[in-house]
Amino acid sequence: MDTPLSIGGKTFRSRLLVGTGKYPDYPTMVRALEASGAEIVTVAVRRVNLDRSKESLLDHVDLKRYTLLPNTAACYTADDAIRTCLLAREAGMSNFVKLEVIGDEKTLFPDTEALLAAAKVLVKEGFIVLPYTNDDPIMAKKLEDAGCAAVMPLAAPIGSGLGIRNPYNLKILLDAVKVPVIVDAGVGTASDAAVAMELGCDGVLMNTGIAGAKDPVTMAEAMREAVSAGRKAFRAGRIPRKLFATASSPLDGTFF
Amino acid sequence: MEILVNGEPRIVGDGATVRSLLRELSLPESRVAVERNRSLVRKAEFENAALAEGDRIEIVTFVGGG
Repeated sequence: MDTPLSIGGKTFRSRLLVGTGKYPDYPTMVRALEASGAEIVTVAVRRVNLDRSKESLLDHVDLKRYTLLPNTAACYTADDAIRTCLLAREAGMSNFVKLEVIGDEKTLFPDTEALLAAAKVLVKEGFIVLPYTNDDPIMAKKLEDAGCAAVMPLAAPIGSGLGIRNPYNLKILLDAVKVPVIVDAGVGTASDAAVAMELGCDGVLMNTGIAGAKDPVTMAEAMREAVSAGRKAFRAGRIPRKLFATASSPLDGTFF
Repeated sequence: MEILVNGEPRIVGDGATVRSLLRELSLPESRVAVERNRSLVRKAEFENAALAEGDRIEIVTFVGGG
């Protein structure tokens, strides 16, 4: 039996975390969330529609079933990210946050200097901080030392679907920290999710890879299976890579 | 008095509070969070949080995101 994913004192059976953005409509999102088997779903914090003309996300997400993980997407300063987290906690009554401080519009890469500064403040304020960071093992260690409950390195730029661009850095990062490592961003298809888990990552977070697929519900199911398969392969311990062949059939007893 | 709600000017009566504003806007308190002049207003303070001329109020909720 696998051990559950444990973050901030809570345990989760699913190692797939999914976003709630960019779906063609709410019914598709609801079915995709179900198919993914995810227990943690990310949400963004934005101004309410004062005219109430649009449906609310919270009409569609079953809060008994899912743990909300509010993000600080689109925050370019530590101050804005902290404000967003304080509002999220008040709106949702949970202290889990996906902390992002974006450094650049084109790549959406994190500003890790501001990220670390914000993380320190939020940990002190009692938040369970899950920072979106780059795949730098040194920064991951600093975030862990600051009290973050997990670290969430990107595998490739947000929404790019480029997959695991630097598996070696992720391996080094996994060796550098003890807190759960969740690959966040860049996963484009099921094999990417499987690779992340085979490397030993504790979970995978994705949004566009599912929501942007032609059939989000089937892709969500594929991602659930890939995360599960990748995790099993990691736990089972893969064979070492070798350049030359090793026969699978006995060499003794041949009659030719 | 005039205040700014999510960047839009709005006239509210004297004695208005965060709670009365939310009620006027038909927004359920359970699903929103409020900032006044960049400071968080806790839910427990909604009732007594009196609004003042020129206040900048932000009312936020959760939307789809990654």
